[in-house]
Amino acid sequence: MYRFITTAFALSIPLLLVLLGIEVAVAAWPALSAFKLSFLTSSRWDAVEGVFGAAPAIYGTLVSSALALVIATPLAIGVAIFLSEFAPPWLRQPVAFLVDLLAAIPSVVYGLWGIFVLVPALREYVMPFLSDRLHLGNTPFFSGPAYGPSMLAAGLILAIMVLPYISSVTREVLMAVPRSQREAALALGATRWEMIWGAVLPYARSGIVGGILLGLGRALGETMAVTMVIGNRHEISSSLFAPGYTMASLIANEFSEATNDMHLSALMAVGAVLLLVTVIVNVIARLLVWRVERQGKA
Amino acid sequence: MTEHAVAELPVANAPIPAAEPRVAVHSLDAYFGAQRVVRGATVDFNEGQVTAIIGPSGCGKSTLLRCLNRMHETVPTARVEGEVLLDGRDIYAREVNAIQVRRRIGMVFQRPTPFPTMSIRDNVVAGLRADGRKAPSRAEQDEIAVWALQRAALWDEVKDRLRDSALALSGGQQQRLCIARALATKPRVLLLDEPTASLDPLSTQKVEELVYELRGEVTIVMVTHNMQQAARVSDRTAFMLHGELVEVAPTSRLFTTPGDERTEAYITGRFG
Repeated sequence: MYRFITTAFALSIPLLLVLLGIEVAVAAWPALSAFKLSFLTSSRWDAVEGVFGAAPAIYGTLVSSALALVIATPLAIGVAIFLSEFAPPWLRQPVAFLVDLLAAIPSVVYGLWGIFVLVPALREYVMPFLSDRLHLGNTPFFSGPAYGPSMLAAGLILAIMVLPYISSVTREVLMAVPRSQREAALALGATRWEMIWGAVLPYARSGIVGGILLGLGRALGETMAVTMVIGNRHEISSSLFAPGYTMASLIANEFSEATNDMHLSALMAVGAVLLLVTVIVNVIARLLVWRVERQGKA
Repeated sequence: MTEHAVAELPVANAPIPAAEPRVAVHSLDAYFGAQRVVRGATVDFNEGQVTAIIGPSGCGKSTLLRCLNRMHETVPTARVEGEVLLDGRDIYAREVNAIQVRRRIGMVFQRPTPFPTMSIRDNVVAGLRADGRKAPSRAEQDEIAVWALQRAALWDEVKDRLRDSALALSGGQQQRLCIARALATKPRVLLLDEPTASLDPLSTQKVEELVYELRGEVTIVMVTHNMQQAARVSDRTAFMLHGELVEVAPTSRLFTTPGDERTEAYITGRFG
């Protein structure tokens, strides 16, 4: 009897996922069949003419998330190493708590902070510094006018938001590295840093990768804060200074104003693509973790 | 304490004549917080000999061993008082760096501790780059790995799979891998902390044979709770009880005519 109930509960979750997928796919079908592949490759998103191409949003989601990980991963691992290996006990708990607290801040608050603090700071100081002082303005990645709302702003705000996830998972796995591994490295004459680099981090590798992927999942789906700082423009630009769009913010922005069926269906199709991208990323992630784990065991 | 008198006597089952002490411990106290777990230990570990430290669980024998390469102090609240002379120099002197000490003294633990993400070969040479030293060239590393694996009597079993993960080895092989890893840096002293405690009888025998063969080249200090093992492989045996070093004597004499009645009680199995 219990077995039956728990099995039913266990199956209900995958079932829900399947139903969700079907529902989204059915609703997205009109748009997908009308625009076919150009839905994924075209940058033209014109609700008035009824032509929809989601390429900038797909691009924006991937780039902003990647940017967030590039910024957040080294920082988060650094924080985790400090907390688990170097921080005195009286400092460890409070700092860990504060870092974890970053994850509890509502994303709309991040968005507000982004609009009123981050974006002006980028526009006034960071962007001119990068393009003029460091002379990166000639490279395609930092060219163009500094509006403020931009892919860079989205990447930064996402980095802050995913940092606590990566950091707390990494801290947990570092603390779980057995003392015997540390002692083995120390007994070979390793310095503390060599012990961390040579024995502790490799041992914790798969767990750290898991933490990064958790952060990636969070970044891909984040909606509110990104919408508020990314500029929401249907355009693919190589420059991080240029405004962009993400799939999640596209849906959030236009859903309430979608008046005709094709527009609605196009947004559903964006949702379907987002779902698919998330699933693909997670599958790759899972495979990566498995591979790392197998290497460790076999 | 009779070990100074003892050192002069010919060592019954040792082919190597007793030389001057490579490691000399003078009135050593080791603490965890306020608890004193080693009390005034004074003992010499002679060049090229195998010295076994025996005693009941919790008598402080592992702690004494861990004081010899300054591993004891890596545990929070742990501290050491007294002298440990390595080739006449106090390793606890202010100007001596613990990391330099550990480079010259190899250590193998109770459970095998291979680095799980490294191959067999990389495990063996892991210590070569420690303490900021530039790693030797790949060819040199390979050479050292072969040499160390041969010394650890593991070469024949792993020569065809040096690239495999160290975790593919059995427990006994892993332990010999750890011995090879410790030998690769060519230490003069090797500390073994109950190296066969987690091994099956056959693997235990292999490790014991290995220890027996390494004498003469390396000064070995081995902690064991197994008296037969001490009798089989060691030249001299030290008996510890409640943190105190009760007696140090040539192994054959300690097990036949112990000088202290507590030693006699222990080796005849009246406690412990």
